[in-house]
Amino acid sequence: MRPISYSRADAVADAVAAVAADPTSDFLAGGTTEVDLLRQNVLLPRRLVDINDLPLAQIEDRPDGGLYIGALARMSEVAEAPSVRERFPMVAEALELGASAQLRHMASMGGNMMQRVRCGYFRDAASPCNKRDPGSGCAALDGFNRGHAVLGVGEHCIATHPSDVAVPLMALDARIHTEGPHGRRVYAIDDFFLLPGATPHLEHPLEHGELVVGIEVPGTPMARTSRYLKVRDRESYEFALASVAAAVTLHDGVIADVRLALGGVATKPWRARHAEDVLRGAPAGTGTFRRAAGAEFASARTTPLNAFKVELAQRTMVRILETLTGTGTPSGTETDAAPDTDTHTDPGREGQP
Amino acid sequence: MSAPHVPSRAPAAAVLPERGPEPVKITLSVNGDEHTFDAEPRVSLLDALRERLSMTGAKKGCDQGTCGACTVWVDGRRVLACLTLAIACEGHEVTTIEGLAQGDELHAVQSAFIEQDAFQCGYCTPGQIMSAVALLKEGHDGDDAEIAEWMSGNICRCAAYPHIRAAIRTVRDRSRDPSHGQT
Ligand SMILES: Cc1cc2nc3c(=O)[nH]c(=O)nc-3n(C[C@H](O)[C@H](O)[C@H](O)COP(=O)(O)OP(=O)(O)OC[C@H]3O[C@@H](n4cnc5c(N)ncnc54)[C@H](O)[C@@H]3O)c2cc1C
Ligand code: SF4
Ligand code: FES
Ligand code: FES
Repeated sequence: MRPISYSRADAVADAVAAVAADPTSDFLAGGTTEVDLLRQNVLLPRRLVDINDLPLAQIEDRPDGGLYIGALARMSEVAEAPSVRERFPMVAEALELGASAQLRHMASMGGNMMQRVRCGYFRDAASPCNKRDPGSGCAALDGFNRGHAVLGVGEHCIATHPSDVAVPLMALDARIHTEGPHGRRVYAIDDFFLLPGATPHLEHPLEHGELVVGIEVPGTPMARTSRYLKVRDRESYEFALASVAAAVTLHDGVIADVRLALGGVATKPWRARHAEDVLRGAPAGTGTFRRAAGAEFASARTTPLNAFKVELAQRTMVRILETLTGTGTPSGTETDAAPDTDTHTDPGREGQP
Repeated sequence: MSAPHVPSRAPAAAVLPERGPEPVKITLSVNGDEHTFDAEPRVSLLDALRERLSMTGAKKGCDQGTCGACTVWVDGRRVLACLTLAIACEGHEVTTIEGLAQGDELHAVQSAFIEQDAFQCGYCTPGQIMSAVALLKEGHDGDDAEIAEWMSGNICRCAAYPHIRAAIRTVRDRSRDPSHGQT
C-alpha cells in the first residue's frame, strides 16, 4: 500500500472542489472498497477526501410514496428503516443478504453504487486487466471465470457487477443524484451503470470529483410485496452467483405488471426487460415464467466455467415468480426438467456444477 | 426539505487542509481513554491498535474484510478495523475487546464463551465476542438460524460455530430470565 494523505470535508462543495481539482484524489466513504483496493495496489490515489462528515445520511419519504436515500446512509440503516421494509422489501432483503453485519454498518449507499468488481484478476495488480489498466487485455477471458458474467459481456471485460442492492434499485427505476464541478445532476439508474464495451475502465458517466449525494426511489405500490432471491456458493457472506429482484401484480390470474432485475450474472445490474415483455399480459404460471426467463437469456454468452449460471439464473427467476404469484409447485417437488428455452449456449457446456 | 430539486448555488469552496503522507499526530479515544501517537494516514485502525497502542486483542486474519477477526466497535457499532483508517476514527469512540470486562469481572459473553467451550485456537475469538455482544444488542438473537446469519461475518477456522451459538443463546436466555441457568 502506497502512502496517502488525508483530508476531511464537512461541506459537499468542499469535498467536490477538492477532488475535482486533483486527479489523484479519491472520496472515502465506508472504505470497504477503497481501503481494500488501496492495500492491493489496485487503486493508487495520492490523497483521500473523507466524506463521512457530510450531511448526506438521510432516509426521507417523498410525497409520491417513494424515498430519498442520502449517499452516506449505511446499508444497515437503510435495511432497518421501516419505510424501506414496508414499501420496498426487496431493497431491505438485498441489503441484508449482502456482505456481513460489520461491513453493512460501514458501507454507504453511495459507495455501494460505486463499488468495484470482484474479478480476481482486477484485484491482482500483476494480471492483465482492461478495467484496471486499459489496453492490457483481459486475463479472465481464458482464466478462472466461474463467477463472471454471461449478460452484457464483450471482448474486453466479463466481470460481474457485484452489488446486490443495485438490483432492486434497477427494478424500481431509481435515480442517482450527484453534485459535481458542473452542479447537480440526476441520472436514471440504467444510465448510471455503463456496459464495459470497448472501455471497461469507464463504469459510470460521472466526471472526476462528481459526488453521489443521494438515491431517489420513485413510489411504486407493487413493490410492497416484492422479493429478492439470492443464490450463492455458501449460505451467507458471499456474492451472488445469480440473484433476482421481482415485483408482480396479478389481475384474474394474468400478470398486469411486473418488475424484474438480475444480479450476479451481468456486467451491470441488469433490468430483465425481455422477460418483463413476455410476462406482461400473460397468464401467471410456471410455463410462462420459463418462457420469460429463456427470453432474457437468449443473448447469454458463456464460458465453459460459467455456463451453469444460465440455467441457475433462469430457475431463480422462475422460483421467485412462482413464490410471488403463489403458482408454483411446492419447493422440492419440482422436476429437473430444463426450462423450455433455446439459449445460444453450447449445449455440451451446460449443467456444470 | 432535502436538497434533491434545489439547484445548487455552489458556494465558494474552502481549500481543505491536507495531512500526511508522512506520519501525523493522531488522537483516538479507545475504551474511554485518549491516546495520541504518530502514524501515517494510510495506517489502518487495526494496525494502530496493535502496533502503536499495544492492544493486540483485535486480530489480523485476512486484512481484506473477509474474516471478522478484527471486529471492533466504532461509536458502538461493530465494524472491521482492517478496512477502517485510524485517522478517520478521530472524533469517534473506539471499543475493543480490551474494553469489555469491568476490571476483573468478565463480560457475560466472555464468561459464556468459556463456559460453553466456544473456542479452540482462540484466534477468531475476540472478533467473535465483539460481534456477539453487538448482535445481542441489535436483537438478532431470535433463533439459531438468525444468530448464524448475523454472525456470518466472523469466520472460525476451528469451526467452533455450534459452541459460539450456544454461548450467545446462554446470554440471551439469561437476560430474558435472570433466574434461568444462573449458577
Ligand atoms: C468481504 C466483502 C464482502 C462484500 N459482500 C457484498 C455483497 O454480498 N453484496 C454487495 O452488494 N456488496 C458487498 N460488498 C461490497 C460493499 O457493499 C461495498 O464495498 C460498499 O458498499 C462500498 O461502500 P463504502 O461506503 O465502503 O465505499 P468506499 O469504499 O468508501 O468507496 C467506494 C468507491 O466509491 C467512491 N465513493 C464513495 N462514496 C462516493 C460518493 N458518495 N460519490 C462518489 N464516489 C464515491 C470511492 O472513492 C471509492 O472509489 C462486500 C465487500 C467486502 C469487503
Ligand atoms: S473481466 Fe474485466 S475486470 Fe476481470 S480481468 Fe477482464 S477486464 Fe479485468
Ligand atoms: S482482518 Fe479484518 S476482516 Fe479479516
Ligand atoms: S477458535 Fe480457532 S479460529 Fe475460531
